[in-house]
Order: sequence, then C-alpha cells, then structure tokens
Amino acid sequence: MAEPTVLTQPAGNALADDQRLATRGKSKADLLLHALFIILSVCALFPFYTVLISSFGTPTGIIRPTTFTLEGYEQIIKYGVGRAFTVSVAVTLIGTFLSLFLTTIAAYALSKKGMPGWKYIMGFIIFTMFFGGGLIPYYLTVKGVGLMDSYWVMILPSAVNTFYIWIMLSFFREFPVSLEESAKIDGAGDFSILMRIVIPTSMPVIASISLFYAVDRWNDWYTPMLFLTDADKYPMQLMLRNMLTSISQILSMNNGVSAIDQSKVKIPQDSLKMAAIMVTSLPIMAVYPFLQKYFAKGVMIGSIKG
Amino acid sequence: MKGSLLWKRILQYKMFYLLLLPIVIYYLVFAYVPMYGVTLSFKKFMFNKGILGSPWVGLDNFQYIFKYSAFWTAFRNTIVISIGRLLIEFPMAIIVALLLNELAGSKMKKLYQTVFTFPHFLSWVVLGGILVNILGNTGAVHLVLSNIGLENVSLLSDPDTFRGLLYTTNIWKEAGWGAIIYLAAIAGISPELYEAAYMDGANRWKQMLHITWPSINGIVAMMLILAVSGIMNGGFDQIFNLYSPAVYNVADILDTFMYRLSFSGNVNLGFGIITAVGLFKSVISLALLVMANYFVKRMGQEGLM
Repeated sequence: MAEPTVLTQPAGNALADDQRLATRGKSKADLLLHALFIILSVCALFPFYTVLISSFGTPTGIIRPTTFTLEGYEQIIKYGVGRAFTVSVAVTLIGTFLSLFLTTIAAYALSKKGMPGWKYIMGFIIFTMFFGGGLIPYYLTVKGVGLMDSYWVMILPSAVNTFYIWIMLSFFREFPVSLEESAKIDGAGDFSILMRIVIPTSMPVIASISLFYAVDRWNDWYTPMLFLTDADKYPMQLMLRNMLTSISQILSMNNGVSAIDQSKVKIPQDSLKMAAIMVTSLPIMAVYPFLQKYFAKGVMIGSIKG
Repeated sequence: MKGSLLWKRILQYKMFYLLLLPIVIYYLVFAYVPMYGVTLSFKKFMFNKGILGSPWVGLDNFQYIFKYSAFWTAFRNTIVISIGRLLIEFPMAIIVALLLNELAGSKMKKLYQTVFTFPHFLSWVVLGGILVNILGNTGAVHLVLSNIGLENVSLLSDPDTFRGLLYTTNIWKEAGWGAIIYLAAIAGISPELYEAAYMDGANRWKQMLHITWPSINGIVAMMLILAVSGIMNGGFDQIFNLYSPAVYNVADILDTFMYRLSFSGNVNLGFGIITAVGLFKSVISLALLVMANYFVKRMGQEGLM
C-alpha cells in the first residue's frame, strides 16, 4: 500500500511567488487571465447574492434589491428552525469531538509500524474504503443496533472517516522519534506522550481534521433522512430539504408527470426558503476563514511514494 | 522461544492495541457486518426473519434486476454521467490550478481561490435550493433566457439540458477545491527552475509544459485512479437534490434508483433485490479500481496499491 506524503507547505508559497513574478514580469496574458477570473468569480458568487437579497424579501428574478424585510427570518423561527438548528449544533459539536478523539488515538497507534500484526490491522481498515455492503445491509445494520430514530444515528455510524485517519497517520509518521524516546527515558508512558507531546505539536493537522469532520457533520442530510422518522429530531439540513422539495414537486407538475394536488402542498414563500438557506449556510461561512487557513497550510495528500 | 519473544513485543505494544480497540469495534459493526449483509443478494428478505433467517433463493434477485428495464436505464445513466464528469469536470481542476499558478505573485490569486473554494463546503441541499432559486421559473437565469426568446426553457426539468447542468454546477462546487491539491504540489517547485527556464528563453507556455506539468502529473494519475474507481457512483448527493420525475430517464443513477426503490414508497422492489444491485455496483467498482491502478502503473506512474 502506498503512503501519502503530507505537504506542510502552504498552497500559496508567498516568497516563491514573488520570485516568480520577478522572473516573469507582467504581460498582456496576465490581464486576460485576470479578466477571465473576475468574470468567473462574479458568476460563482451571483447565486449566493440572489439568495441573500431574496431572503430579505426581494422577489426572485430581480437583481437589484427592492425591499428589506426580516419576515422570512421571522417565519422560519415559527417553522421550528430553532429546534433544528440546536440539533445540528449539538450533533456537530459532540460528533466532532468524538470523531477527533477516536481518529487521533487510532492514527497514533497505527503510526507505530513495529506493532505485531500492524499489516493486518491496516488492511482491515483500508479495505473498507474499497468495498462496502451497500445501502440495504448498511440500513439493516444501523437499524439492528437500535439507532433508528435516535439522535446518536447522526453521530455513531459516521464516527470515523478512514481517509482522515490516513491523513493524520501520515502526519504522525513524520513525528521525530527522538522526541518520543527522550520523553520515554524521562519515564513518560505511551498515553502521556500522546497527550503531552504528540497532540500539542500536531495542532495544525488536528485543526484541519476537526474542521473537516465538523463540516461533514453539519452538512449531513442523508443519514437523518434514512434513519429519522420523527420530524422533531430533524437537523437543519433535513428540515431545509423538506421545505425545498415542494419546489421539485411543482417542477414535475408543470411537466404533467406527477399529479400532486396543489392545495395539499403548502408551498413556503420564497423569502422563507431563502432565509432557511442562509441560516443553514451561516455556520459554514463563519468557519470558512479558518477552514481556508488550515486546508491550505495543513494537510493535503501530496505525492505518493511506494 | 520465538513465540515468547512475540508475546513480549505484543505486551510492549499493549497500550496501542487498546487505543485501536474502539475503531476496530466501529469497523466491525458499521463496515464488516454490512459486508456480511451482502449475502442478502442471494436471499429473499423477510422482515420478521432478518438477514440470517431469510431463505436462500440463489441467483433469482440478479435474474430479476437484469430483466428490469429501469435498472439498465440507471446503469447506463451512471456510466454516461460519470464519463461525462471524467471528460468535462476532471480536467477543470487541473486547468484552474495551472491558470492560477500563472498568476503567482498576484494578490488577486488568493481572492480567486477564496471564491472558487467556498461552494465546496456547502451541502447539495443548500446548493440545490440556491440553483432552483435562480434556474426555476421565476429565477434570474430563466428571465434572461426568456428575454432572448427562449421562453419555455426549464433547465432543471428538461432532459436535454439536465446532464449539462450537472457538469456545470459540479464544476462550480468542486473545481476550486480540486485545484488545491495540484496547487500544493506546484508550490513545492523550486522557483529557480522557472528562473533558469526563463533565462534559457522558455516562454510561459513552455514553462507550464515542461516545469509545472511534470511536477503534478503523478498526482493527476492518482486522482484519475480515484475518479475511475468512482465511475459507478455518479454523484448521488447532487442528482438526488436536483432531479425530478421529468428527467429520471437521463438522470436516474444506480444510487438514486436503489434509494427510491427501497424507501420512497411508490414501487418497492424488496431489500434482497436492491442488495443485489448494490453488490453488482460494488464488484464493478472494485474491478475498476484494480484496473485503473494497473494501467496507471503501466504508464510509468506510481499507483495507489
């Protein structure tokens, strides 16, 4: 099995960049590239802009904001957004903490290649990345261990991510052995070496992995959709999905494919839906600066060596 | 003698085995029990008897799905959409990285990256909602299209445009993120290389071709293996949040097919048959992974295994 190398270099190496600029000079091609990227950036941001103004009451399809009202936000509070938001926050915090703990101890143990049976344990874990039971056996297993309609279903079945273990493992592998050995001579046990030396010096990778776990959890709508029947337990994403699916029902109605009695489907107003989208994305926007700092700096699986 | 030595080493590592215990249990329960559950492909599932107690039916489930036309539609769509993604989306991240690298030293580069990476962190539920907002019947894009005379175009529910929309919107979400891995490799190139090439009169195109590209082609090969082994997936999250019955014919992939025919109520094929579809999918995926890895190695790149 190949091992990933961790690139600790930032994605934009400022010093090297400056040197390159000096050897290249500025040209017309640069201007063209800037023009291209500016147009693309505007296109990429435009959809978010329309959601923002729609959430404050501007009818969809209008590009200049016409009104400013908080009605959409007030309505989603009545719709029960507070509860769903709380569920999402709790699941994200508890889930991330648990995942991080399990991933860290496992990756640290797996970084000890001299452990008898290491190859088999590694194979046991990596194999799950390439073969799985599929939807139904997974569903029946999770149901079978009694997680149906439990909040824990959003935490336990996705408690560890094999890929993240792998990233952390390759980071620990670079850890200087001498540091650990000198701690051992001073009488520190394996666990206290992990807690007092390895973890504090691995903060960048721990920060990235915890942010990745947190984003994954916040964004999970599929697991709750499969296993939660009680709408009171829905997290933000699933609640949002249910609000939005009324749209696709209308879409299919227009094509005469599905005949859903329009009077039965209460279609939430646009501003309400857009406000819900805003609230669901808000935490991601809040951590985005940190995400950017760490994913660029910390861990990318770089080149592969045999 | 040798045995006791082994025991001594195992004891020496006892702390690490203990640290591994939780995730070993985790993988046993949530990965290996479901793996055993694929035996359901060869059984007729009965709720009251569970996986173990349900009766064996041989290859009946497979015979059933191979005669079921919607299965073949989903299979064909999965392959077509994945190949579309491979041809259209896969190169995009590389192109973005190469072009951004051409702006090395510019302050704007960081800003572009910030913009292009952001959608990666939002779920397809959120992005789907946003897209319906601008592409739907009252959305901005629809208004623009009607202004240029395309009044009855509904991109989301038109089978002719739906796949194109899948590619475009996934590029919007993932191209910037995908570029990061290449940019990280490019950042490792010594600037002296470019300097020397510049002195020798190599223009920017040649620098890109002979310095930048060789430094990332190993990673491109690795990403290609991963992409090829994912051909049977096709992108459940995106499609599930964007499709509607009007486009099932071009958009239904194996994953959406399996979900709908197990849980959504109207037609229910039974868990045994759906498990057979899942096994069919997993086996082909595994074969694709092994094959892609083999070919990449033959081409002189380092593989994944």
